Amino acid sequence: MDKRVRNAEAVIGRIQDGATILAGGFGVCGVPENLINALIRQGAKNLTIVSNNPGIDGFGIGALIENRQVRKMIASYLGNNRFFEKLALAGEIEMELNPQGTLAERMRAAGAGIPAFFTPTGYGTMAGEGREVREFGGRPHILVPALRGDFAFVKAWKGDRWGNLVYRKTARNFNAVMATAADYVIAEVEQIVELGGLDPDSVHTPGIFVDAIFEGTGYLKPTEPGPKRKR
Amino acid sequence: MDKREFIARRVAQEMRDGYYVNLGIGIPTLVPNYLPPGIEVILQSENGMLGVGPYPYEGEEDPDLINAGKEPVTEIAGSCYFSSAESFAMIRGGHIDASVLGALEVDEKGTLANWAVPGKMLKGMGGAMDLVAGTKRLIIAMEHTAKDGAPKIVKKCTLPVTGIEVADLIVTDLAVIEVTRRGLVLREVAPGVTPQAVQKVTEPTLEIAPDLKTISVVPETVERPLFR
Repeated sequence: MDKRVRNAEAVIGRIQDGATILAGGFGVCGVPENLINALIRQGAKNLTIVSNNPGIDGFGIGALIENRQVRKMIASYLGNNRFFEKLALAGEIEMELNPQGTLAERMRAAGAGIPAFFTPTGYGTMAGEGREVREFGGRPHILVPALRGDFAFVKAWKGDRWGNLVYRKTARNFNAVMATAADYVIAEVEQIVELGGLDPDSVHTPGIFVDAIFEGTGYLKPTEPGPKRKR
Repeated sequence: MDKREFIARRVAQEMRDGYYVNLGIGIPTLVPNYLPPGIEVILQSENGMLGVGPYPYEGEEDPDLINAGKEPVTEIAGSCYFSSAESFAMIRGGHIDASVLGALEVDEKGTLANWAVPGKMLKGMGGAMDLVAGTKRLIIAMEHTAKDGAPKIVKKCTLPVTGIEVADLIVTDLAVIEVTRRGLVLREVAPGVTPQAVQKVTEPTLEIAPDLKTISVVPETVERPLFR
């Protein structure tokens, strides 16, 4: 078994207009840069993108949005992306906001064969509007459906030809759960290692979830600003 | 001492040794700077980390290591990483001891609004709705009134809410207020502030605790590293 493909271009042709794509990353951390850039070159349109947030202007999902390939964005947080805000306010892009944990759980459920689940999160808020309510232990819960993608774009640190993946630090974020919740899962990694090169006890995503894997190139891996400690 | 530091110092007194804590952006992020000596608190960051360390030195940022505010941070001995799904299992499953969040409005039942202002700010709720629904103890840290002097503690929230009847304690620059089944109880007032003055800028009627105290925050002389 060998799930390795040469690069993002080798698989990106599978994506057709209107596809739903789960894209890992939190802010600009753990973003599948090679796959997103290949998708921009490939040009599929009317996409539904599921990602915690639409990234920053001109990078990652932000660049895909600027190229006007996204019809609908499912996210928990929009901050920091002015272009997206402009499109959303003009009604040119559809957005669906989910509480972050609900977003993660919707995909966890999809990956585990659970069609829907009850949660107290979002009850009585805009996130709970129109949802079935049921009480458990005297507390109201809302029914939320699972969320599955046609494709998942996953960024990991290391992987092998069977698709086993290891992430690095907080770059794991949504990547690991998205890897379980799509029909076709593509992983890009910074380094492909030989079978046996990953400690079996430390594999984060077992290869069974992954359909294709390649070694990415030219990672930008930017950081956003923040306070710094004084020496 | 400025208002934000005053609030953060008072909130820090609510922390207990061994607490797992999630902090929102703004004033809450200042809290770890003022933890009483001997108190070890583990910070959870919902993007997938327990044991958030101080901000990095200039030039030592790791792009793979950020907090939920997307700022570069560092790890400490004992830190661990996990996926967003596991992170929210911690939060939604009731494993986080305390969460400290800011607010736009809190009402007399502890219902919180802190994520949207229609027509002005619609950035998304991020993890706030999960935190208020799942954390054992929710502490609101905020300035007592809005910039125009309008009360932020109101009878009923008018802004889109984050959760219904979720807040346990409200700490402001003027007061410490506990949310109870009977309503809001004024527990402490800032030095030089009367209960009447607090009531004047608070919409619902406050019950004054029989053992009303004055908030005491002692500035430390030791500079602690900037956390989170």
